[in-house]
Amino acid sequence: MINYALAIGFIAVSLALLMNLWRLATGPTVMDRVLAVDTMVINTIALIILYGIRESTAVYFESALLMAMFGFISTVAYCRFVLRGDVIE
Amino acid sequence: MNIYIEALIAFHIILGAFFIFVGSFGMIKLPELMSRLHGPSKATTLGVGGFLVGSMIHFGATEGRISIQEILITFFLFITAPVTAHFIAKAYMHAELKPEKLPKPEGRYGWNTYTSVEDVKLAARDQATGSDLQG
Repeated sequence: MINYALAIGFIAVSLALLMNLWRLATGPTVMDRVLAVDTMVINTIALIILYGIRESTAVYFESALLMAMFGFISTVAYCRFVLRGDVIE
Repeated sequence: MNIYIEALIAFHIILGAFFIFVGSFGMIKLPELMSRLHGPSKATTLGVGGFLVGSMIHFGATEGRISIQEILITFFLFITAPVTAHFIAKAYMHAELKPEKLPKPEGRYGWNTYTSVEDVKLAARDQATGSDLQG
């Protein structure tokens, strides 16, 4: 039963990533693209967690945590760059 | 593994998959960024939370221990999602929107995010000296 649920989860997350890629390519403003990248990072975390459940190892959670931290910092840096023209003043 | 526990894990994974799909679908469907922001900042975070609850139950059932990493990831995502949404909205307001086009807020002062540091200092000085220059 878990295998079918995992297959549905993989398909849903992959479609979500494709939709984010569409928004990243056609976003009218810069902030749309930043939002698309941020959502892609969160969807990648979801994909890593699903893979960890499928392989039944807890190794992948550290990489998911790293992705979460880097995604947050990169989004804040992008927004700050758009807002102020500089990341660290 | 017990069939009920397996069904519970599958339910949480499918719930998370649904919310992640809805979040990204809302991001391509909604008309402009301020409404698009709702999808990723709420639905996608909830979807990842569903996956993490499923994973917690799975590792609790198979290895008999509560893994702390899922709780860490959940806390981190649930704390950072509003912060990133706030940052993106603020940067969008400064980059694309004009303060004249926005609805006027109540009270003496305008939108706080368009107020510069000099304006705040000026308002504080006005308040200290008692002059009424703000309008």
